[in-house]
Parts: sequence; structure tokens; C-alpha cells
Amino acid sequence: MKITLKWLKEYLDTEATIEEITSKLTSIGLEVEEVSNPSAGLKDFIIAEIKEVNDHPNADKLHILKVDTGKEVLQIVCGAPNVRVGLKGVLARPGVKIPVSGDILKVGSIRGVESFGMMCSARELKLGEDHTGILDLMTEAPLGSSFSEVLGGDTVIDINVTPNRPDCFGVLGIARDLAASGIGRLKDLSFVPVEGKFSSPIKVKLLPSGCSIFTGRYIRGVKNVSSPQWLQDRLSSVGLRPISALVDITNYLNIGRCRPLHVFDAKKIRGEIEVRYAREGEKLVTLDGKEHVLTSEMTVISDSEEVLSLAGIMGGEKSGVSEHTTEVFLESAWFDPMNIARTGRFLNIESDSRTRFERGVDAASSIPDNEIATRLILDLCGGEASEIVIAGEDPRWEREIQFRSERVKTLCGVDVSREESEKILTSLGFKVKGDRVFPPSWRPDIEGEADLVEEVMRIYGYDKLPALSMISKEMPKVLLSSVQKKEMSARRALAERGGYQAITWSFMSSEKAKFFNSKGVRLGNPIASDLDEMRPSLIPNLIDAAKRNSDRGYPNVALFEVGPQFIGSKPGEQEAMASIVRIGKNHGRHWLDVDREVDVFDVKEDAIATLGAVDAPLSGLQVYRNAPSYYHPGRSGSLCLGKTVLAYFGEIHPNVLRFLDIKERVVAAEVFLDKVPSKELRSKNQKAIFISSFQPLFRDFAFVMDSEVEAEKILKVVRGVDKNLISDVQVFDLYEGDRLGKGKKSLAIEVTIQPQEKTLTDLEIEDLSNKVVEAVKVATGAELRR
Amino acid sequence: MSDLENIREEVIPLLCGASSLSELEEIRVSVLGKKGCLTELMKGISSLSPEEKKTFGQKVNELKEEISRVFSERKLFLETEEINERLKTERIDVTLPSRPFIQGRIHPVSQVTEELLAIFSQMGFKLAEGPDIEDDWHNFEALNFPKSHPARQMQATFFMKDGGGDILRTHTSPVQVRTMESQSLPIRIVAPGRTYRCDYDMTHTPMFHQIEGLVIDKTTNMGHLKGCLIEVFKAFFEVEDVPVRFRPSFFPFTEPSAEMDIGCSREKGEFKIAKDKGWMEVLGCGMVHPNVLKASGIDPEEYQGFAFGFGIDRMAMLKYGIPDLRTFFEGDIRWLKHYGFIPLDIPAINRGLSLNGGVKR
Repeated sequence: MKITLKWLKEYLDTEATIEEITSKLTSIGLEVEEVSNPSAGLKDFIIAEIKEVNDHPNADKLHILKVDTGKEVLQIVCGAPNVRVGLKGVLARPGVKIPVSGDILKVGSIRGVESFGMMCSARELKLGEDHTGILDLMTEAPLGSSFSEVLGGDTVIDINVTPNRPDCFGVLGIARDLAASGIGRLKDLSFVPVEGKFSSPIKVKLLPSGCSIFTGRYIRGVKNVSSPQWLQDRLSSVGLRPISALVDITNYLNIGRCRPLHVFDAKKIRGEIEVRYAREGEKLVTLDGKEHVLTSEMTVISDSEEVLSLAGIMGGEKSGVSEHTTEVFLESAWFDPMNIARTGRFLNIESDSRTRFERGVDAASSIPDNEIATRLILDLCGGEASEIVIAGEDPRWEREIQFRSERVKTLCGVDVSREESEKILTSLGFKVKGDRVFPPSWRPDIEGEADLVEEVMRIYGYDKLPALSMISKEMPKVLLSSVQKKEMSARRALAERGGYQAITWSFMSSEKAKFFNSKGVRLGNPIASDLDEMRPSLIPNLIDAAKRNSDRGYPNVALFEVGPQFIGSKPGEQEAMASIVRIGKNHGRHWLDVDREVDVFDVKEDAIATLGAVDAPLSGLQVYRNAPSYYHPGRSGSLCLGKTVLAYFGEIHPNVLRFLDIKERVVAAEVFLDKVPSKELRSKNQKAIFISSFQPLFRDFAFVMDSEVEAEKILKVVRGVDKNLISDVQVFDLYEGDRLGKGKKSLAIEVTIQPQEKTLTDLEIEDLSNKVVEAVKVATGAELRR
Repeated sequence: MSDLENIREEVIPLLCGASSLSELEEIRVSVLGKKGCLTELMKGISSLSPEEKKTFGQKVNELKEEISRVFSERKLFLETEEINERLKTERIDVTLPSRPFIQGRIHPVSQVTEELLAIFSQMGFKLAEGPDIEDDWHNFEALNFPKSHPARQMQATFFMKDGGGDILRTHTSPVQVRTMESQSLPIRIVAPGRTYRCDYDMTHTPMFHQIEGLVIDKTTNMGHLKGCLIEVFKAFFEVEDVPVRFRPSFFPFTEPSAEMDIGCSREKGEFKIAKDKGWMEVLGCGMVHPNVLKASGIDPEEYQGFAFGFGIDRMAMLKYGIPDLRTFFEGDIRWLKHYGFIPLDIPAINRGLSLNGGVKR
């Protein structure tokens, strides 16, 4: 909302400086976003007249001028082509700052002739782009007067008005708030109603329509002239283009008093005015030339034949005023805010009128504002007015709210006396009777006691709020809910393993999602067509990011993300994931360690490390081959606890990579953090450890078996041979080759035997070894390799 | 000259002159080994009288001790020689790079979230959370946003295609409602998380992060809100004092409402907490609106409290001087390496909030 200082002073008597005013506005909740004054920098520029024009002896295009400043005549060298005797222009004297360059002007010598100033072009003063010549002003202002005064510049204040304050969408409302806060006094705004000279030939029929009151006035014999300068200045200064007196008056009152009005060309109205809901499918071309198809929920103003205007939002093109208009019908009404908001949003029309009506125009202002507007029209356009036509009545706005003044203390911690509170409320237009408060008609936002507390506090001053300690008297409780705690641990674990944490969009392309078990969780209004589905997995966005890095010349990437993936479009249908994607080499080339392609076992460890970091019971994990279809069927797996899948890992399916246009192999792992049993559910106590004092023994075995036999099975069998003595089993070699024959492999394992109570005899060791060989053979058919 | 004397005369110079450890060992064996000369000599002891035995034994022992001593000295000498010799050949270029070790990074948004949680935990705030997809009730209705009210349009909302009016939450405030619905009073929670608005330009991304705070009890007032936020920002920016300004504002779910500005300077793009250099808006807050309390079944005559919410991404930008919000979500490893945090740098009040885990590599 832009207002100007002069406009403000139409309603407010104040001697306050612009700084005092703007700082007060911000402190009472009318946040000033910008203060600007286009003419402020031009105070020291003065009006001067060219008295003589002579050629420059040393330059063809330059002239030597004698310029009269009213006090003295100065010699000035000027290169403009439009110099002539009698031209009144703008003179910059030595010492002033030229707006366009920021340079300070000095006395100079131009091609050997001294120059004591500069006649300015529009561009040099930052008043426009014109630089073809110096300004040539039609002004009666005396020579030597300040150009900023001649320009009539006004300080523009841009205020961020919150949507709860429709009254402050008018300069008057802002003036009222300022007066209440001690900046000046609200002027007497009383007015004399216009006496009707005749009865309006146009009658108004108010049907059920979302309109409470409709007031009209017929004015005949008007001349739709140009507005006077003061009115044009008002509008231009806030960025509105002056059009004609009738249009300008409606804009002036819209900005000035938050009063949207409409003026019809009365000759274009056939029969009587009807205020009603539109008929389904009725059409209207609005002032901006756009055609709208209306529905039966939209309020319209129509005559006996067709719709004239979209009530409270925008007038129709046909019935609008023009320079030929001589008879007008003025509308000042009150429309239901919800209805206006709905219609405006549905038809996607933004207008100053809609902005005000949908927030709530002063409920008691339709008749008085009709009077004020009529008076202005008569003053500026002449003519005579009919009696006022009134259909319906003001909406009910009177409310009574209980106000216990001590609530200011209990809610805000500030002692404000009852008298002080009453004074503030009264100055804002509230009526106070004992502990009952009656808000004024222009404050639809005031609903309850808390609103009154805010009114008192905001005028009393938020700067008087104390800063009270919140330090808890008790020891802080455990802060983290278990999922968030897991997320933190997962992040640290994956970063520790060399992963870089990315945060990518929660949405992705539905085209890509198809490859990642899409659940079809789509957005109705995506920000871009390739961000139209809530991601069913974190992997595709991570692959995209990895590819971007690779394309930029960084081919070895480990990117992870911890965040939600979506399995449905209802609240809560999401899973907390920690997912990682690796691509390229495990590290760059290095003189000590030979680099290699990242593989399934990198991401398997990522998954296990993450599960470990979030307290998953690792010893109970089992590996299965049941990863989703976007994984390589032969090179992927899952980590499960019973039937619950805790993680997937593996290579991404080549078909998926082909679609994503990626040539390298990509490996990935996904950990379902919220599927991991929470620590709270398990015992925190650790079993006491028994530390044996006997040396452990290590025995190696190599088994030959069918290729399909899985290592995990061998390990499990061996561990089970003697849980007391066998403390660890590791695979240290895998061989598949011609010497074994097709479909065979050899797996070498190291078994750690930890004697517990005594050293083992050779016989006992031999016995245990035989049991291992036998158990493996029975379980898998594997033979000891000879 | 006894035999013992002869042995001494012969062996000691030999030991002293031994030029290698193996030679030294050979000499020792030739004297003290099973078939060594001294061992041989000892075999004759049985033929001596007790008196002679005693004298002879004593002498043998003396000789043995002497030989051992000389042997040890020579051995130490030769070993040192050998080590010195080895050191002459064992030399590597220690300026060569050490073994490859890739350290990952924590995203600044997560780091800053954990910093804030560390601070709030000191004030007894517990952590709460809510879903990314929300229903109209929790995101708007229960927060006192009337249907069709312009306040709803302040937040460009993403709608689910077939969600029956469900949306992506536009703020973390629905967690207030979920907490009040599910937890017993009094309440003191913070809730960080992803939030979404249909907006994409220089300073807006369609997804961003907020943290919400909510306190409900019988006495907490706006003064506590102010005190709490001042403490939080002092701790967060790790400075002695933070100038703050509270301005009246409007949010449907608080009354009275306020916006908080912090005093700062922004010279050459660098943000610094400073007095009298200008203000920057950082958050919205206020006393929980009676309608919001009522919507969650809490009696506003008995209970009251405050709520606040602010952008985490923005705090990360301010504190760590990150210029462009959009770069947060690109996953560029150069950016992550530069602005990210090493995994050991876990924010904690007792160790200093930030950069306490070591130097990045």
C-alpha cells in the first residue's frame, strides 16, 4: 500500500518529521517497506532562464550562455542543441550532486571557457531517459526557486499492510492509527450530505446476492473533464495513471478512504438496476477487455437486460464512463468478503476494489461515502445529483467484547493501567463501557479479548515488552523423538563413510518415478512439469544430482540424503529414509592404494553401518535377494530382521540407468529408519563380558561347492557348530575358475576358536575341525578342497 | 698359568674383536656351549678335593661373569652398529600423500537444525514432528485460517492431485496442532522440518525448512517469548548480545502477533550482528490465538502460551555466509565440501556450538 506524505496530511494534522512518522508506522504494525521521494535530491537545483546564447570560439557544438538565476547572471558552457533565449530550465550550480552520476559539480573550464554550472537534461536529474536536450519548462515559478518545489514532489511511503487491516488499505485508516499513537491529530472529517434535486430515474432492486446494502445516486449534466492538478498528482505519486475526473475520483476515494466505488454511464443502463447472483454461464467483458463466464455464486450488478459489472471486483466495459459521458449512476455498496474472495480467485482477477472488499470494507460507510463521492463529482464535474437511492441496510457489525484490562499483563507481561488501555482503545475508535468494548465498524478483525490486548499493546509499544527468562527449572528431558534421533545418527554414519549429504526436492518427475515403484502420489499444481510427483524413493533425485556432478567433471560421487519418501497421498503415508548413491571410483588415483569401481559391497556396508548407527540389532540381520525391480536382479539384496526389510542395497538396474541416460554402473542403498526397532523397546543393559585368558586359535578351511550356494549359509552353519568355542568366522578368499570346473566355486574361511576354560588338546581341535567340515557338507554339499 | 687363565687370555680379545653378531655368538658357544672349552674344563671338577673344588668353582664363575659382561657389551655395540647401518639405507619421502581417506559432509541445513535443537534442549524444549502431507484442518482450519480468507493466499499452497483437499504443509505450524491434540499439558516443543510453497525465484524455493516452537502452560506470556528468542539467537550466533526489535504483525494463529527483527549490518554482503546498523526480519511469533487453543480442546481461559516459527535455511545463510538459497538443493559436491560440516562436528552447548569437531579436509 503506497501513500504519500501530502495525502496523509489531508487526514492528519501533524508536525512530525517523515522519520518520526515512518518509524512510528513500523512500530505499530504498519511496516514501512520503503520511503522514497523522487524530487528529494533536487532541492538544490534551481529554475534559471537563458538570457543570451553565444557561439563557443573553440567548439562548433558548444554554446556560451548567460543564465539568470534571479540573483545573478552566470556564464555557462552548454552543448545542448535546444538552447534559446528565454528558455527556463534547471540549473545545477557548483557543489551540487548530479543524480545520474553521483558526481559533485565543479567550476570547470570547457575548451578554454569557464563554466559556472550546468543546465540539466531529464536524464541527468534521473527524471526520465531523455538526454536529447536540456529541460525546457513551462513554469511561472520565479527564477531561483527550488526545482523540487516546482516539481511538486511528494514523499511516497510504501507500507506492508497485513490482511487483517482493511481499514489501513485507506490513507484515512493509517492516519487514524498514527493519531492514536501520538503522531498528530485526526482532522475533522465531518461532511454535509448532498441535497437531492430530483428522484433518481434508475431504481435499485436488491435480490439475495451477497450484497447487504447498495446505495446509488443519479447525477446529470456532468462533464468528464481532466482532473485538477492536485488530484492528478495524488494518483501519479502512488503509481496510478490519471484518466478522467470521474475515474480518478473513484480511485482517489479507494486509496484515500478504502472505499471502492463504481460509476456507470447512466445512459447505458436499461431499465432498473438489479443486484443479484449471476445466472450460470452469463458472460461479462470487464474493463480490462477480458471476457468472463460467470457462475451462480458470483454477485453481479445488472440492468433489466444484462450484467453491467462484477460486483466489488471490476466494472463492465460497456457501461463504463468515457469523455462523452454526461449522466452517471454512482454505486457505493457493501459486499460479502468471502464471496468477493471466492469470485476473484475463481476468475483470477486482481483489482484494488477486490483487495479491499475481500478484506472487509467499513461496514457503516456505504451511505457516507456515497455523499462524499457525490460532492466530489459535483465539485469537479458539475451537474446536479438526485436523492440517494438505498437498497438493503448496513451489515450487522456491532459487537460487544469483554475486556479485562489485566489481560494485558497476563498475556504480555506488561503493566498497562486500565485508564491507559481505555484511552488507547478510544483513540482507535472503540467505545468502552466498563469492561465491555465495542469495536468500530471499520475493524472487522477484532473478534475477542486477545485482539483488544494486541490493540492496546501495539499502541503502548512492543518495545516495552520485558525479556523474561525461559530457562527450565528441571533438567532438560531427552530432546529427541526416536526417528529424528535415528536420522541424525544415520547422517553422521554415512558422512563418516565418505558420503556427502544432499538435500533434494521431495518431489520428482512422474516419468522417472515409474521406474522406482511409483505410488502415483501426484501434485495437483506442481511448480514444474518434471516436479509433479512425491518421490517414492530418494534414489532417483540422488542419481540426478550425481549425474550433474559427473557432467561437471566430478565423476566419483557418494551422495546421500536423509528424508521422507511417500507411499500415499494422505498425511502420515511417508517413510523416513537414509539413502545413498555411489558412482565412479572409490577414490581418485593414488600412489599407495589402487582405485577401483564402487560396487555392491560398498553400499552393503553403507547400509550395515547406518543400521549399526541407529542401534539395529546387527547380529540378527539376514540377507535376502528381494530388492525392488529398479535394482539389478543378480546384484542386489535386502537386509532383514525377521520378515521386516530394514534396507535394500545393490546395483541399479541397467534398464533404469539407460532411461536416466547414465553409462556407468550406479550402486545404491536405502535404509528404512522407522522400521528399525527403537532402542526404548529393547533392554539398555549389556550382557556382562567373559574375557578368556587363553590364546585363540585360527584354522583355515577351503570348501568347493556349487556356485549357487550362498556364503551366508556356510558362515551360519560354521558359527553354529560350537557357539561356545567358535567366536568368529570370516571369508578370506573366493575362487571361481577353470580348475574347479563349471558351476563350482571355492570359498576359503578363517575360523577363530576361543578356548574358554582350558587350552584345547590337539585331539579336541581335530575333532572340532572335523565337525566343521561335516556340518558344511551336510548343509550345502560342499567338500573340503584338497 | 692355569687353563682358566689361558682361556681368558684367548677369549676376551676374541670377543672384543668380533666383527658381527654371528661371530660373537660363535665365540660364546665355543667357550660356554655344550662342547665349549670352559664347559669341557668344568667336567674335570669331579676329580678335585672339596677344597680345590671350591676354589676352582669360584674362579670359573668369575671367568664366566667376565666373559658374559664382555659379550653383552660387544653385543650392544654390534647391534647399535647394525641399526645405524640400516638407518643409512632406510629413507622414504615423507612428503608423499598419506593413504586415501574420504571424509563426507553434513549439509548445513542439518547442522544448523542440530545447533538449534542443542540450544532449545537447554531450555527444556522437547522435539515434535508432523507429516509433510497435511490435511486442511491441521495446516489451516485449526490454525484459525478461515476458508477463502486472503491470509490463505499469503501462502502459495501445493495441493495433492487426489488427496481430497490434502496439501503439502506450507509451514511447520500444523505440528502445533498435532502436539496439542496428542500431548498432555503443559507443552514445550520445537519441530523442525520440510515445508513447501509454490514459489521459485531468487529468494524462494518450492521446498524449504522451518522450525516451529510452541509453549503452552498457565503463565507463559509475551515477555517469555521475547526472552526465549533473545537467548536462542545469542546462543545461535555465538555472540554476547543480539539487538532485537519486536513489531506488531498479523498471523491468524497468534494474537497478539509479532515479527522479530535482529540488528545487523550487511557490509559487502557479509552479515554481522550489530547495533544501530539496520534491522532484518527473522521470524514471526505471538501468543497462541484462543481459537487455536479451542480447536485443540484447550481452554483459553486457563491455558496460554506462545508460538514462533522461522526459516532454518535462512539462518544457515546468515550464520555461515552462504549467498544463494537455490544452491542448497543442488547436491553439488564442491558446494557441500565447502559449506558442509565434517561428521565429528556434532553441535553441543558444552563444547561450543559450531566448528568444534576439527578441521575440514
